[in-house]
Amino acid sequence: MLRIENLKKSYRLPEGGDIPILDIPSFQIGAGEQVVLIGESGGGKTTLLHAIAGILSINSGSIHLDGIETTRLSEQGRDRVRAAKLGYVFQTFNLLSGFTALENVRLGMTFGSGKHDLNRAKDLLNRVGLGERMNYKPSALSVGQQQRVAVARALANRPKLLLADEPTANIDPTNQQMIIDLIRTCCSDENIALLMVTHSMQVAGQFPRVNRLEEVNHVAKATSKPVGV
Amino acid sequence: MNLFAIAFRNIVQRGFASILTTTSMALGVALVVMVLSIGWLVTESFDRNSNVGYNLIVGSKGGALQLALNTVFYLSKPIETIPYDEYLELIPGKEGRKNEIERIGGRVEDPERAGIFSAYTADGGFAIPICMGDYYGPFRVVGTTSEFFDKLRHGRAGDQEYKFASGRNFEDCSKENGFFEAVLGSQAAKTMNKKVGDILQTTHGDPDGTGHGEEFKIVGILEPTGTPNDRAAFINIEGFYLLENHARVAPDLFRPDEKKVQVDRKSGLDQPARLPLEKRDVSAVLVKTSQGIYAINMTWSINKRNTQAVSPIEEIGKLLQVFVTPFRNVLLILTVLVCVVSAVSILVSIYNSMNERKRDIAVMRALGARRDVILYIVLIESLMIAFGGGILGWLLGHTVGVVGSGYIEENTGLQVGMFNTISIQELVVIPGLIVLAVLAGIIPAIAAYRTDVSRNLAS
Repeated sequence: MLRIENLKKSYRLPEGGDIPILDIPSFQIGAGEQVVLIGESGGGKTTLLHAIAGILSINSGSIHLDGIETTRLSEQGRDRVRAAKLGYVFQTFNLLSGFTALENVRLGMTFGSGKHDLNRAKDLLNRVGLGERMNYKPSALSVGQQQRVAVARALANRPKLLLADEPTANIDPTNQQMIIDLIRTCCSDENIALLMVTHSMQVAGQFPRVNRLEEVNHVAKATSKPVGV
Repeated sequence: MNLFAIAFRNIVQRGFASILTTTSMALGVALVVMVLSIGWLVTESFDRNSNVGYNLIVGSKGGALQLALNTVFYLSKPIETIPYDEYLELIPGKEGRKNEIERIGGRVEDPERAGIFSAYTADGGFAIPICMGDYYGPFRVVGTTSEFFDKLRHGRAGDQEYKFASGRNFEDCSKENGFFEAVLGSQAAKTMNKKVGDILQTTHGDPDGTGHGEEFKIVGILEPTGTPNDRAAFINIEGFYLLENHARVAPDLFRPDEKKVQVDRKSGLDQPARLPLEKRDVSAVLVKTSQGIYAINMTWSINKRNTQAVSPIEEIGKLLQVFVTPFRNVLLILTVLVCVVSAVSILVSIYNSMNERKRDIAVMRALGARRDVILYIVLIESLMIAFGGGILGWLLGHTVGVVGSGYIEENTGLQVGMFNTISIQELVVIPGLIVLAVLAGIIPAIAAYRTDVSRNLAS
């Protein structure tokens, strides 16, 4: 499903010179596989997800997503692949405040297939337990409810791969487990591969496959410290 | 969700700022509509009066424009008069002059011959005398014959007859009122609160002048025409001559009375006496030649005499060039400035919102929205504000016209409805303004297009 080879990404410093962020010789995820990538903050986890999503260009290497080498595509091509094959759950939810929960979910469909499947949007909100609050705006929802809407939005377009960037970092402990269960169950039900990045060992411990960031990213390896729980 | 729904949500989300921007656009468009409506009023007023129904004004030597202003618009100081004999020369047909002399009676030169210009006005032409100098309240009094309303036409195409909202045209000498009958223009009747059957008394020289004692019976009220005739009072010329100080006292230097022969009335002997010919003057004669081409020869010949002939259309055209065209150009510049200000207000509003919306744009991009889709969403937002504001402003502008229609009609004689002031310019300028406002959305749209997704998601 996802194959990364020799991926390198660095940022140019204002005063000159480059600072390397990613150096990943090889990384793969199979169809429907659920993988957690654990590592400390600043280790390049979000940068890696952005590179996979095609919203950040890389310096060298290749990323294959569902058989398509996205790193060879134009920006528009990457946009299309992202809309069609990827779901994204953010640490800060990133719901659009002017839109209702249902509209936020439907927004996930707008830029993909172009099919506005209202029933699927409603089904997803029912599945995440927000059937009664579809027409609420994010400001009227609790933090945990907002992240559930974000999960529904990420799944709206039936993606092949779901990227989850510290989805429980801003959520109280009661809701954390609910969100993890929700994401994992939904991905299993629809055979969606899942790549979740987190710094929480408690979250990581629930996944069948856990990769430490420094094992994957050689830049992180060079600067790594022990990971706390 | 389609892009229009997303754009509409963004507008709603900005709430008060969106209302202010739309209001600014609406006020801009309303101002443009009002400016164009004023332009329409001015042009329409001139256009309507260009088709006065006659092609020459014959009057005393002097300023041609003053003669036209006085005769067509009833403006400016009263002009010098010309002898009634000059009117006799213009009466259509070989027998026209002779018949008129025998109808009135008095001293006149060579009573048997035809009028010098009678051939030019025969076969469909006419010559209508008018006498001015009196006022009825603030309105000019025009002494004339019943032909004024029978033969003159008005309207843009110059094909509309004068119609009476009530009553009738005055008669040369009616059984009930003799020579003392009057017809009021629509505005004059409304302002003076007069109806058919009421009495009218004129004042001499100016609105505050001394009143003549004679009473004229109002026998007709005209329907509105949108011409200066709406704001005038018309009295029978025979009655006008019988008013105090309206008979000529100065001798006619060009045709001394001693050289004239006395002709007695041969018709209307049962009627009261009329002012004899040698004591009559007219302010001007409205002439329509039977063929348009005759006007050139006639003007040339008349101007060699002690009178002058002017073309009302030509003089109005000059007036239009001197006063109205620059005025309209100023209005047009004002309109362009309003358009630019409205467009800039949309630009500023949407551009200012861009900083707050960078994260939202980045999220939409992360959900798969292409850069051009984001650009379209912002452009659709400016289109909606421009279109919504434009329609509101357009309706507002015309509503103001309707609200002020009473005042406008009172002062110009023109009736302003909701949409009858729409001009070609408006059909170009208003859509142009909307396009301009949409174009103003391009700058913030480009800013949205360039939003760095990764950086704004991370922040």
